[in-house]
Amino acid sequence: MEPIIDLRDLSKCYGSHTAVDKLSLQISRGEIFGLLGPNGAGKTTSILMMLGLTEPDSGTARVCGLDATRDAIAIKRKVGYMPDNLGFYPQLTGLENLVYIARLNGQPEKGIKHHANAILELVGLKEDTAKLVSKYSRGMKQRLGLAEVLIKKPELIILDEPTLGIDPTGVKEFLELISSLQKEQGLTVLLSSHHLHHVQQVCHRVGIFVKGKLLATGNLQTLAAELFGDSGLHTYIQLTAPPADAEQLKAEFTSWPEINSLDIQANTLSFNTSENITPKLIRKLIDLGENIQAASQKQYGLDEIYQKYFEHTTNSTLENENIKRRVFFGRK
Amino acid sequence: MKILSAGSFLAASKNNLMKRDQYNPFRVMVRKEISDQVHSWRFILLLVLMLLTFAASMYISASNIRTAFSNTDDPDHSFLYLKLLGATDGSMPPFHVLMSFLAPLLGISMGFDAINSEQNSGSLTRLLAQPIYRDNVLLAKFYSGMLIIGTLFISLTLLMLGAGLIITGVRIEPAELLRVLAFVIITIVYVGFYLSLSILLSIAFRQAATSALCALGVWLFFTVFYPMIVNLAIRAILPDPANLSQAQILGYNELILDIMRMAPGQLYSDSSTTILMPSIRSLGPLSMEQLSGAIPSPLPIRESLVIVWPQLSGLLAGSIACFALAYYLFMRREIRS
Repeated sequence: MEPIIDLRDLSKCYGSHTAVDKLSLQISRGEIFGLLGPNGAGKTTSILMMLGLTEPDSGTARVCGLDATRDAIAIKRKVGYMPDNLGFYPQLTGLENLVYIARLNGQPEKGIKHHANAILELVGLKEDTAKLVSKYSRGMKQRLGLAEVLIKKPELIILDEPTLGIDPTGVKEFLELISSLQKEQGLTVLLSSHHLHHVQQVCHRVGIFVKGKLLATGNLQTLAAELFGDSGLHTYIQLTAPPADAEQLKAEFTSWPEINSLDIQANTLSFNTSENITPKLIRKLIDLGENIQAASQKQYGLDEIYQKYFEHTTNSTLENENIKRRVFFGRK
Repeated sequence: MKILSAGSFLAASKNNLMKRDQYNPFRVMVRKEISDQVHSWRFILLLVLMLLTFAASMYISASNIRTAFSNTDDPDHSFLYLKLLGATDGSMPPFHVLMSFLAPLLGISMGFDAINSEQNSGSLTRLLAQPIYRDNVLLAKFYSGMLIIGTLFISLTLLMLGAGLIITGVRIEPAELLRVLAFVIITIVYVGFYLSLSILLSIAFRQAATSALCALGVWLFFTVFYPMIVNLAIRAILPDPANLSQAQILGYNELILDIMRMAPGQLYSDSSTTILMPSIRSLGPLSMEQLSGAIPSPLPIRESLVIVWPQLSGLLAGSIACFALAYYLFMRREIRS
C-alpha cells in the first residue's frame, strides 16, 4: 500500500541556511507519527513543503498519493493542518470561524452550521460556540484549531506543536482526543513537537529531526535498540533471598524468546526483554518457589533516546567545526 | 444504455445541485472581507467623515444653485446637477476637490493592514492551508475594497441626485447623468490606486503601523509637498520668462504640467474638473490662435472623455502597477509568520 506521506530527498534552503536537508520519510495510513526536534530544526518547513505552501529546492513530496508542488489544492482538500501559531479572526465567534473554514472547503451550505456545532461538541467547545474567539483561552483555541482540521473530513491531520502553551490537564485531554479520533476514524496523524513526553504518549513511531536532518525513525524499542544495543525494556525483580540455584534459574529464563538477557546479583534479577512480560515473569518465579519482595520496570524514554541522538549530532558538529578551525589556522 | 444515461444524468444533476448549494471560496473570502471592513471602527469613522463632507458640500451647493444657474456668463450654468457637485460660494471647496484630499484616506484605511495583520496574527497560514489559490486572497482583499468604495460613491451620488430632484424639481438630462457616472468612476479609480498602493505596502512591510505611515507619507507627499517641490524646482531652473518666446513659455508650461501630473491627485483633479465642467476644452495651455473662433459652449461627454483619457489611463496604470507588484511580492512571500 502506498504510504500517505512519501518524502524523498526533500531539501530547502533559506539563503545560506539549510532548513531541511535531504529528508526522506514514509508514513503509513492510520499511523500516529511524531516529528521530534528542537525549535528551528526544520519541522515546520517540512510540513509546509508537504502542503505545497513552500516550494522545495530539491526532492519530491507526495501526500495522499498527490504531488505537493503540482497538486497543492487537492492535497489541502484532504489534509487538515493546524499551524503552531494559531491565528483566528478575533472579531468572529468560534462557530463563525469554523463555518468560514467549512465554506472555504466547499462544504454544502445546507446543514453547515449543524455540522460545525457537532464538531465543536466533539472537541469540547459546545458551551462556547457563540463566544468571540478573542475571549478564548489558548487551550480553547487549540481545540477550535482541531475542530477546523476535522470539519474538512481529512484523511491526514498535521498538528504543528499542538500542545504549545496549554496547561498539563489541557495537554492530557488534547492528546487523548487525538488518540481517540485516530482510533475511531482511522485517521493518520503527523504530530510535530519538541515536548518529548507528549509525543511518547500517543505516537506509534517517531522521527528525530536535528538541524534539518532526520536522524532516525522508528518506535521506541527500535530506536533504543539502535542506540543502546537493547530493546530498552528492563524488569527488575527483587527476591526475599538470593535464589537457591541461580544457574538453573538463568537456564530456565534464557530459553524464553522474549528475554534478551538476565543478570542475577544477590537477590536481584535484572531482565532485558523485547516486550513487557513482567506479570509472566512474576508468575513463573512464584511457580519456581521464589518469594518476591518487589518488582519494577524501566524503559528508555524518548527523552533519553532523543538526548543521546542530540548529543551525538552536537558532538559530531562540534568535532567537524573544530577540524575546520584547525585547518583554517593551519593546526593539526 | 438508456438506464445508464438516466443514471448519469441524475448523478450530474445531483452534483450540480450540490455545487449550487456550496459557495465559491473566492466569494466566501470577499463576503468576509466586506463584513470585516464595514464593521470596523476605522471604516465607520471615515464613512461619517465622508458623509459630513458630502452633506456640507451639498448644502453649500444647494444654497448657491440659484445664483449658479442664473449666471449666463458661465457656459456650464445650465447643467444643474453638475453644479450641485461643483458650485460653491468660496466658504468651502467643492465636493470633487474635497474628494481629492479625503478619498485616498479611504483607500489607505482599507488596505494598509490587508496582508501584514493576517500574517502577524497567524491567520494567513491557516487560511492558505485551505484549498484556495494564494492569489485569490489578494484579489479578494482588492475586490472587496473596490466593491465597498463603489457602493459608497454610487450611494452618495444617488443621494445627491435624489436631493437635487426634490429641491429643484428639474429632471436630470442623460448627458448630465453620464457625466455624473463618469465622475463616480474616476473617483473609484482614484481611490482604487491608493487601495492597491496600501495593499502593496501591507505586503512590503511586516508591521501594519509602518505600512500605514508609509501610505500616509505618499499621500501627504503628493498632496502637499509635491506641488511645492515642483514649484521651487521650476523657479530655480526656469529662465526669466521675459527672455523667452511665446512658444518656449508654452513648452515650459506643458513641461510643468507634465511633472505635476506625476501626482495621482493632479490626475484626478484634472479629470474630475473636465468631466464636471463641460466647457473645458483643454487641460494644457492654449495659444490665442487655438482659441480664436472657438465658441464658448459645452463639449459633448465623448469629447470630455477624450480629453481626460490620458489622466484616467494614468490612474489605472498606477493602480495596475501597484497591484502587479503586490501580486509578485505576495506570491513569492514565505508564509511563515
